[in-house]
Amino acid sequence: MPLPTGDIIGLMLDNLRMRKSVFPISTGSTTKWARGLDIPRGGETVIYTGHMYQLLPYINASVKNLERFEDSFFGKLIFLARFFNKIFNVSTLMAIPYRSDVSEYNQIIRNIAMLLIQAQIEFGYLYESELYTGALAYDMGADDAFKEHARKVYSMLKDNGVKNLITVDPHTTNMLRSVYPTIIDGYDIQVKSYLEVLAEKDIEPVNKVDADIVIHDSCVYARCEDIVEEPRKLLKQAGYRVKEPKDSKILTHCCGGPIESIFPKTANQIGEKRIEQLKDTKAQNAAMMCPICLATLKKAARAEIGISDISTLLAKVYCNGQLRQGRST
Amino acid sequence: MLKVNPEFIEKVKVSEEFDAVACLNCGVCSAICPMEIQLLPRKIFRYAMLGLEEKVLDNTQNIYSCLLCKMCEANCPAEVHIAENVRFLRYYINKNVFKL
Repeated sequence: MPLPTGDIIGLMLDNLRMRKSVFPISTGSTTKWARGLDIPRGGETVIYTGHMYQLLPYINASVKNLERFEDSFFGKLIFLARFFNKIFNVSTLMAIPYRSDVSEYNQIIRNIAMLLIQAQIEFGYLYESELYTGALAYDMGADDAFKEHARKVYSMLKDNGVKNLITVDPHTTNMLRSVYPTIIDGYDIQVKSYLEVLAEKDIEPVNKVDADIVIHDSCVYARCEDIVEEPRKLLKQAGYRVKEPKDSKILTHCCGGPIESIFPKTANQIGEKRIEQLKDTKAQNAAMMCPICLATLKKAARAEIGISDISTLLAKVYCNGQLRQGRST
Repeated sequence: MLKVNPEFIEKVKVSEEFDAVACLNCGVCSAICPMEIQLLPRKIFRYAMLGLEEKVLDNTQNIYSCLLCKMCEANCPAEVHIAENVRFLRYYINKNVFKL
């Protein structure tokens, strides 16, 4: 028995309207990654996380519960969660993340920030002012709620004097670079993924590796944002021998993650198909560049192939040890 | 017997971006869909254009199963905005069925 699609989307949209995120978590949780990095507050150029990496540990925990509900009577009771969610944030009850997950995903954003520092890019961070972009609401076709939210995000960026954004994941990049300009008149913010910024800078590796890596392109980066060569250039420059799976670059195979919140079991089946393609290259490790791909394929891989975010691989090679350690996570 | 709702397509088409009419019905999209959904997108677009609202709504689960990964778009010979069209159908269902 599938989960009640309307109730789940309704829950997300209520959250977006009331709490400015489809899956609200505290500002302490969204900004924790930056502790000890001394990133200046605000500025014309800022790193924009869009909360995607920070949300993943909570979404993972929530999907685990949803998987249990998917074929049970309790799935029908999600409408009750929607009712109570108007009074208090039920997401916090549905999703208690593993501490190790939180630490791992925060470290990914730290690595990205440290790579930018290493490349001598000057940037600030909006800390608790930063907002989720509304990507999931857009995908679900909830255009009214999405447009209302996008205007709030744009207004927040303008109030903070932001002119350039350095994004850390494909969905946030796509929303802020390609979707917002179609719905906001006069949108004038320049957006680049950190992979583009690093590739343009010709950052030099501190160490070099000698290993095979299979690359899993993000659908959104490859097909919507034309970000295909940058990750390859950075990996090759680091010494990796980049292997291409059967479906790659603009014809990359989806990880299944986008439907995980509504059809968790089907999402996992799609992920397993992709894992087989990655394993066929005989590489021991695969590079991801999207938090959703990372979470979905890690689960589907069942440790049969190593799954790492590309930033983790790049930080090991391009950053010196002192930067990599940071002060706290 | 199927009931035809001539206003259905106009209600779905909230912007000129909706271009299901450009679909040639060649089937490349169904053949390469990672979800292996035979219905999406070409058959569902036909239902929409013919005003077969009930047939579209019977397939609500399939419409929300679409990953919006755009593998179909990357291979579509008619360059149909498939993912955007699926989003339009979701918008219609969100409004008219789920009352969101």
